[in-house]
Amino acid sequence: MDTRAVVILREVCKIIIPAVLLFALYVQFHGEYGPGGGFQAGVIFAAGVILYALVFGRETAQRILPLTTVRIFIAAGVLLYAGVGVGTIFLGGNFLDYNVLLHDPKHAQHLGIFLIELGVGITVAAVMITIFYLLDEFCE
Amino acid sequence: MDIAILVNFSLLTLMMLVVVVLIRLKSLLGVALTNGIYSLLSAGLFVTMDAVDVAFTEAAVGAGITTVLLLGTIAVTGMEQTVSRHGKFLPLVVIFITGAALIYGTLDMPPFGDPKAPIHTHVAPHYLTESTNEIGIPNVVTSVLASYRGYDTLGEVIVIFTAAIGVLLLLGKTVGKRNK
Repeated sequence: MDTRAVVILREVCKIIIPAVLLFALYVQFHGEYGPGGGFQAGVIFAAGVILYALVFGRETAQRILPLTTVRIFIAAGVLLYAGVGVGTIFLGGNFLDYNVLLHDPKHAQHLGIFLIELGVGITVAAVMITIFYLLDEFCE
Repeated sequence: MDIAILVNFSLLTLMMLVVVVLIRLKSLLGVALTNGIYSLLSAGLFVTMDAVDVAFTEAAVGAGITTVLLLGTIAVTGMEQTVSRHGKFLPLVVIFITGAALIYGTLDMPPFGDPKAPIHTHVAPHYLTESTNEIGIPNVVTSVLASYRGYDTLGEVIVIFTAAIGVLLLLGKTVGKRNK
């Protein structure tokens, strides 16, 4: 590719990628009020990282997010989700019955939904990034 | 003409055109990109049905990340479709039988948008009227997805988790060996 085209691509991505990641966080934490939630946020976050890896090279992206770290996050999200469920059992409720998490049921529901959506977001983002890393590495 | 009908009509026509293009394309690169366009159009259709959460997912997952991952897969497998050794007759018969069975299955269904359909009279009214009292968040979709149907969502997350395990098992070993 022409060097000047690469410069333009890199500079545009430097502006876009922070906005993409910020938007992912907005979708993640605003899912209770607007459209969106863990699934969409995870995918958007992964798209930001994948864009970074495409433009600046996978090695550069893996200096921030190595494959081993991302692999841990795949399981961490599921564990967080299921952990909330097990936690509610220990607090005397049913599996994933958030009402027992806090004294006020509505606050408890808020907390439960926040935590499990976070788990969903972490797993989805990590899975998408992992699949991209592996495919990209396999192509070489 | 009603603007909603006009929008629906143009979206559905475009989707049909995209499908015809998809069938006729031989280049897998083109297929992956056209697939993304199809997803984006169906996201538009979901918006006209006021299902913004579904539309958002379709746009982000279907049009966005799936296209990228498909392109990544094509980079591994090659750009051209291998020519099928089967005749054209058998696939046509299979498609006709499947299509006829699907249409036969829809005959029992309530008309599109029928307010008395079972799906609108079972638990949906409870979710719509009581979720503000029980869950206390404005987005009913999130209430249903994350609280009333928390089990199902856990299952969905595990499906995605399993997908990653599958890809890691298939490609992770080769990639890991090459690095050593």
